Amino acid sequence: MVIPDSGSIDFDGKSVLREFQYRDRIGYMPQIGRYPDNMSIGQVIEMIKEIRQTDETLDEDLYKAFKIDELSDKKMRTLSGGTTQKVSATLAFMFNPDVLILDEPTAGLDPLASEILKEKIIREKEKGKLILITSHLLSELDDLITQIIFMQDGMVHFHKTVEQLKEETGEQKISKAIAQILKKNQNA
Amino acid sequence: MIICIIRGQKRTEMNKIIKIIFSDILKNKIVIAYTLMLAVLSWSSFALEDNSAKGLLTILNVILFTVPLVSVLFTTIHIYNSSEFIELLLSQPVKRKKIWTGLFTGLSLSLVIAFLLGSGIPLLIYSPDSLGLMMIVVGCLISIIFASLAFLSSILTRDKTKGIGISIMIWLYFALIFDGIVLFLLFQLSDYPIENAMVGITALSPIDLARIQILLHLDVSAMMGYTGAIFRNTFGTTLGLVVSFVLLYVWFIVPFWISLKKFGKKDL
Repeated sequence: MVIPDSGSIDFDGKSVLREFQYRDRIGYMPQIGRYPDNMSIGQVIEMIKEIRQTDETLDEDLYKAFKIDELSDKKMRTLSGGTTQKVSATLAFMFNPDVLILDEPTAGLDPLASEILKEKIIREKEKGKLILITSHLLSELDDLITQIIFMQDGMVHFHKTVEQLKEETGEQKISKAIAQILKKNQNA
Repeated sequence: MIICIIRGQKRTEMNKIIKIIFSDILKNKIVIAYTLMLAVLSWSSFALEDNSAKGLLTILNVILFTVPLVSVLFTTIHIYNSSEFIELLLSQPVKRKKIWTGLFTGLSLSLVIAFLLGSGIPLLIYSPDSLGLMMIVVGCLISIIFASLAFLSSILTRDKTKGIGISIMIWLYFALIFDGIVLFLLFQLSDYPIENAMVGITALSPIDLARIQILLHLDVSAMMGYTGAIFRNTFGTTLGLVVSFVLLYVWFIVPFWISLKKFGKKDL
């Protein structure tokens, strides 16, 4: 949650500077979710529901898949990293946002939960939503993404579609393709 | 007094945040202990003294020392502990300013209610006149003023320990050091006609404003000599009363307003 030193981001043709209502249409899942210690999972979800207050039906796929209701009395401070991630993911997807911003979504999740989340991401992608994923686990991304922006030390190295990348490098896996490009850059 | 700063089109959203914060704080053990402590102090000071004026003086000291200390410390600590809560709200469609004003309203509201329950009830019972009423209003204002100063000190630094340190310094300054400086000036410059200047200097401390305001309405002001007479002329009139209350309002609006400006630009 930082204020930019310069530049701006346009959302639907309007700059987001000094705006807040646009967040209504964004679901955000932080890498490390920080929640009020003394609130229970149920209370946090209720609170966000009250603040968002949409008339649309809520998307409770992840809520059910992660069995959040069985945990809803647990205080946030007692949760493991993985469970916190589950809560973050549930909240990000719950309000049917047009844009999803997922920061290292599968980090800390157990293999089963990670698979559930990936399937959910694919389903939402097929609905035509914009999903931004930041990740360094390239092997996780193979079935998920259509475009890739590779950044290093705050600089954009390239922005390509996945097909383009595979074609240019002749590799089938994103991780291998990127490794190949990096090696080339090192030698050059 | 609180409602005036909550203006805005989306009142409902604001109220929700206040409600959440407020219900969270009411469950807080420190606030409950604070209410009980105020109640014990107030009831016992009225019950132990045979005339209510002495009891009022004891409560005056509570208002001038305990209330500011608890308000400023509790608020500072609570703001630092709410950092996760603030971050969570910031990722939701809520205006930044509303989060901060909501937090302020919720916190000062609960401090005011603690004061009203603890000290307000005995004051109304033992001194049901303009003086008792004024002490209640002043006590509420002092609670809000020091909550507002706590908001300022906690936005100045990210480090919790430093923030609490600044808050304690603020309390020490207004409760003790400022008085010392005033006394020092009075003695050093006693050969000069400084009475009018002293009235001006009082405006620089909310605690002194409150003290003079209440002392003038107690009989003890007769013992305050020539300066007391000047104070009585200045603060005793309706205009003086209005001016000193306006000054108390300024004392809670300005620090909070500065902190709100800073919060709007802060990276979290």
